[in-house]
Amino acid sequence: MKKDNILEVNNLKVSFKTHSGEVQAVRGVSFDLKKGETLAIVGESGSGKSVTTKALMGLLPQPHGFVKEGSILFDDKDITKMKDKNMQAIRGKEMAMIFQDPMTSLNPTMKVGTQIMEGLLKHQKLGKEEAKKKAIELMNLVQIPNPESRMKQYPHQFSGGMRQRVVIAMALACNPRILIADEPTTALDVTIQAQILELMKDIQKKVETSIIFITHDLGVVANVADRVAVMYAGKIVEIGTTDEVFYNPKHPYTWGLLGSMPTLESDEEELFAIPGTPPDLIAPPQGDAFAARNKFALEIDFVEQPPMFKVSDTHYAATWLLHENAPKVEPPESVKKRIESMDHSEGATR
Amino acid sequence: MARYIGQRVIYMIITLFLIATISFVLMKLLPGSPLANADKLTEAQQEVIFEKYGLNDPIPVQYVNYLGGLIQGDLGISFKYDNRGVSDILADRIGPSAQLGIQALIIGTVLGILLGLVSAIYHNGISDYLSTIVAVLGTSIPSFVFAGLLQYFVAVKWGILPVATWNGFEYSILPTIALAIFPMATCARFMRTEMIEVLNEDYITTARAKGLAGTAIIFKHGIRNALIPLVTILGPLAVGLLTGTLVIEQIFSVPGIGEQFVTSVTSNDFPIIMGTTMFFAVVFIVMILIIDILYGLIDPRIRLSGKD
Repeated sequence: MKKDNILEVNNLKVSFKTHSGEVQAVRGVSFDLKKGETLAIVGESGSGKSVTTKALMGLLPQPHGFVKEGSILFDDKDITKMKDKNMQAIRGKEMAMIFQDPMTSLNPTMKVGTQIMEGLLKHQKLGKEEAKKKAIELMNLVQIPNPESRMKQYPHQFSGGMRQRVVIAMALACNPRILIADEPTTALDVTIQAQILELMKDIQKKVETSIIFITHDLGVVANVADRVAVMYAGKIVEIGTTDEVFYNPKHPYTWGLLGSMPTLESDEEELFAIPGTPPDLIAPPQGDAFAARNKFALEIDFVEQPPMFKVSDTHYAATWLLHENAPKVEPPESVKKRIESMDHSEGATR
Repeated sequence: MARYIGQRVIYMIITLFLIATISFVLMKLLPGSPLANADKLTEAQQEVIFEKYGLNDPIPVQYVNYLGGLIQGDLGISFKYDNRGVSDILADRIGPSAQLGIQALIIGTVLGILLGLVSAIYHNGISDYLSTIVAVLGTSIPSFVFAGLLQYFVAVKWGILPVATWNGFEYSILPTIALAIFPMATCARFMRTEMIEVLNEDYITTARAKGLAGTAIIFKHGIRNALIPLVTILGPLAVGLLTGTLVIEQIFSVPGIGEQFVTSVTSNDFPIIMGTTMFFAVVFIVMILIIDILYGLIDPRIRLSGKD
C-alpha cells in the first residue's frame, strides 16, 4: 500500500446470484482513498456504487452477494478474505457507515441513546456511565438539542433530520478512520439536506476522518468532495479531482451527467437527458457498457472495453475518445455552457 | 393509562352484558329439560321442581333475576348438584384447568418462539425444514389425536406417565403436552416469518455496520421487533387453549372446568353452562386487555402517553 493511502481497492468484482442468473453488479473497480480526503462516488441507480461500499464494509447481503475477484486493502490486510469475526472488529470501529434512509435505519424499539452506546460498549470497552457520557458528547457534536433527555427517547419521537443526526452520531462513536456515507441526504428534504451536509463538513474538520460519499446528486459532490469517481454499469468510467471532473470532463457519460444537472441559470427550456437505459448486468455488453447510449461512440466501443486513459496524474477516464488515434471530439455545446456557468455559480465552486 | 384502563373496563362490562343476554336467550331456545328422568315424574312433581328453580316465571322475569344475580356476583344454583352454587363448583374446579392452561401456554409459546427463531436463523437449512415439519404437523393435527397417541404410547405401552385422572404434577404432563402442541406450532410458524422479515430490515444492517456479533444482533435487535406481531396472535391462542381444555380434560378425565362444562351440557344444567360461559368470557376479555397492555410495553410506538 502507498504511504498516504488508507484504503486501496483493486479490480473489485461483486456479483449476486439470482434466479435468472449472476448479476455482475461491480465489474472491476479500482480506486484508493487517502487519509483525510473525501471521495465522492457518483452514478445513477444500479451503477454499483452502493454495492461497492457494502463490499468494503463486508455487508453484502447474504447468501446471494459475494466478492468474485479483486482485493480491498485496509491496513495492508485484504478484507475480502477476512472472516466475519475479524470484520466485526473493523466495522463500526475503523470503518463506519451512514445509511440512506434514517426512517428505517434505526431500531424502532430501542432507545436512541442505547443505539449510540452499543458501538462504544462493543469496541471501546467503556463502562456504562462512560459510554453514556460519550453518547451525550456525540449528540452534542451532531447538534441534537437536550441530549440528556433525548437519549431516553425512541426513534419515532425524532424528525427525519434529527434521526439522520443520530445515525451520524452512531457512525462517529468510535472515531472511525473511514466514514462511508451512502446517499445520506437523499431521503431528507432540501433544507435539512443542506444542514446535514454542513454538519458532515464540520465534523470532518474536527475528527479528520476519510469519507467515501455516495450520491447521485452532483450539486452535493461539488459541495463536499475532494475527488470524484463516476460509476456506470459496475465500473468507474472517470475519476479525478472535483475540479478536473467538473471543469474538464472527458467521458461522454460524465458530460451527460453534468448536462442533466438542473441549475438556476439554465435558460434552456428542456433539461438534458441521457437517452436509453443502463445495460442488463446479467449479460453485460462486450464493449463499453455506455456505447449504446453514447452518440459519440466509436466502432471499437462496441467491441472492446476501453482501458483507463491518463489525463493527468490524478485524472483518468475510460473512453476510447482519449486514444491517440481517436477523432477529436468536444463535449456538446449545452454541456460546455453548463460548465462555464458553473464557474460563476456559488453552489458548484468549492 | 388509568383513564385508558377505565375506558376499557366500561367496554368490558358492556361486552359481558351482551354475552350474558345472548347466552341466556340461547339457553331458553335449547330443547330438552333439565330433569334427568322427566318421564318418570308426575306433572305435579315437575311443577314443584320448576317452582324451586324459578323456571315457572315468565322468561323476562327469569332474565331480570339472572342479571340481578350476576351483578351481585351470584351465578345461581346448579340443577344437578343440589343446593350447590355455581360459583362454588367453578371455584372447586378452576385449579386443574388453570394449571393446565398456564403450563400449556408457557410451554407452547416459549418452545414455539425458540423453534421459530432456529428456523429463521438457519433459514433454508436442515433445522429449518425439521421445525417447519413440526410446525405444520402441529397446526394440522387436532389436539385430541395427539392426546390419544400420547396416552397410548407414553402411558399404556411404555408406562412412563399415568394415563388419566388428576393426582399430582405427573398427571398434568401428558394433557399439558397435548394442549401445548397447537400454540407451539402456531408460534413457531409465526415467529419464523416475522424474524426472517426483521432480519432483512435496514436497522439490522445498521447493527451489523456497528460491528455487533450475530447473536447480539438477533437478541438485542431482532427478537423484540419480531415479537410485536406475535403478541397479536397470543389472544386467539389463549382462547384456543380455553376451548382446547374442554376436549383434553374430557379425554384425560381431569376434574377441571372444561370437563364440568361438557357434563353440564349433556345434562342441561343451565346455571352451570351459563356460569361457565360467563367465566370463559371474563377470562377471554381480561386476556385481551392484558395483551393490549403488553403491546405497549414491547412497542414504544404505541405506548400510551401518561397525559391522555
